Amino acid sequence: MTPTTSPSQPGTRPGSRAPALGALLRDGGIWADWAAAVGLVVLVVVFQIANPTFLSSGNIRSMLVASAILVVLSVGQTFVVLTGGIDLSVASAMTFGAVLFGFGISHGWGIAGCGVLAVLGGALVGVVNGLLIGHGRITDFVVTLGSLSAASGLALVIADGKPVTVVSLPLLKLSTGGVGIIGWTVLVAAVVAVLAHLVLFRTRWGTHVFAAGGSPEAATATGISVPAIKIAVYTVCGVLAGLAAILLVARVGAAEPAANTSFLLNSVAAVVLGGVSLVGGRGSVLGPVLGALLLTALSNGLTLLGVSPFYQPVAVGTVVVLAALLTRFRK
Amino acid sequence: MTESAVHNSTVENQDVLLEASGVSLAFGSVQALRDVSLTVRAGEITALVGDNGAGKSTLVRCICGIHHPDEGSFVFDGRQVAFGTPQEARDAGIETVHQNLALVEDLTVWQNLFLNREIAHGFGPLALLDRKAMRTRAAAMVSELAVNVPAVTARVRRLSGGQRQAVAICRAAGFSSKLVIMDEPTAALGVQETARVEELITRLRDDGRAVLLISHNFDQVMRLADQVWVMRAGRCVAGRRVARTTGEEIVALITGAQTA
Repeated sequence: MTPTTSPSQPGTRPGSRAPALGALLRDGGIWADWAAAVGLVVLVVVFQIANPTFLSSGNIRSMLVASAILVVLSVGQTFVVLTGGIDLSVASAMTFGAVLFGFGISHGWGIAGCGVLAVLGGALVGVVNGLLIGHGRITDFVVTLGSLSAASGLALVIADGKPVTVVSLPLLKLSTGGVGIIGWTVLVAAVVAVLAHLVLFRTRWGTHVFAAGGSPEAATATGISVPAIKIAVYTVCGVLAGLAAILLVARVGAAEPAANTSFLLNSVAAVVLGGVSLVGGRGSVLGPVLGALLLTALSNGLTLLGVSPFYQPVAVGTVVVLAALLTRFRK
Repeated sequence: MTESAVHNSTVENQDVLLEASGVSLAFGSVQALRDVSLTVRAGEITALVGDNGAGKSTLVRCICGIHHPDEGSFVFDGRQVAFGTPQEARDAGIETVHQNLALVEDLTVWQNLFLNREIAHGFGPLALLDRKAMRTRAAAMVSELAVNVPAVTARVRRLSGGQRQAVAICRAAGFSSKLVIMDEPTAALGVQETARVEELITRLRDDGRAVLLISHNFDQVMRLADQVWVMRAGRCVAGRRVARTTGEEIVALITGAQTA
């Protein structure tokens, strides 16, 4: 009668199957959920053995700083993937935001104004994506592929193909200062991740995001507007792309209309590594954050070992497909 | 038990909870519903039977706000209603247990029970969830189910078919609903689980709620229902008190061998 006595019920029902197989499959699921954490530990151990400077405080600091932008983008991507979608325009939205930042600078705006402009630019891309996907009922893949092209094209148009050098003391402090080995940009990324976690797991809207991704029919039947959720998650992703644009400008010291393709691939890769289900409805924020750290550690370690940077995309691709393979063992 | 005797004596005095009059709906050139009129009473199980494509599900979808009839009207609980969305119907006290159950497999039992009705502090979408309160209330709701209680923290994915049905019914019953509509609640269940679900349905009636049951199982209809409405080709062709009819008559009405 009491719920506390019953957890064994669901587990004992399929008892006719071999328990060893069941345990193995469950383990597979755990591996998939924790692929990023396990991979990160393995990489750290391997790289530390190969090169003892890997875990020096200086290198940890630079790895964390290098991962901040990817963490912010991956958190945005997580919101979208949880609803069963994908945002291929996330890196282009960041480029668009960065170019708008440069546009503000070259028109004599202050840093704060330029930052707001960058976030608004990212948000605009997200809202357009969301409206086309939520209300236009066009496949997310196609919509965001289109806005990937459109946003990077607009960035080139606005910048006239040329980078704008941004000389600003606050931005310099943002990208180089910090507390101990934690840079300010790392702190920004950490705050974004914690807020995202709270929103997804502790608010009504967060539950509705999981419901809309897990079963759009069930969400609709209980009165949740799936199109509204879609619009919101793409907007969140766009806003975070705009925030990442500020971090990018601070890091590079210039607003460039560059393609930033690796950020797109890595944001999707981090989400997959982080155990977020690509069909939606299941995942965490911690997972993609660890995934982003893993990808950064991977390229940092390979560079440290003197491996040609041409091999890095090969390594990233291999790791991501291996992680996706693990998700087959889930359920 | 004396319960059924008490029940029967009060039936005739029960107020009509839902009255459909002259409901018609066409999808393009297909006339799905033609001038359907029927009533559903509180404290009764009302069965809706008919062949595939007779319009049962379409009628239910009109009642719960998914479809909007071209003509006709519904009176629910004494007032004229025209629900624009399923949410409006839900707010008015009409809960539907859909054939697909409308549960999110990757969410827990308590999250599904409180889906879009979360207990939260604050207003708007970013209101903070009171997860403890929801878990406690969910445990209380679920423990009222007679047998085979799922843990409220279990994901729905891990539940058996009967447990899922129980959770869906529990959600429909748990929020002071006046009318619970069930679309083929036992179609996918085994003998034992069917018996348990039927017990839950009976309990809803005994609580004084109205139950509208769509079923293809005549034994079940004769066993559970107090009133049966027969649909054929988009029309509601007959209504019978179950006590005063037979399974043969219902079959004849469904096939058209007998007219009302």
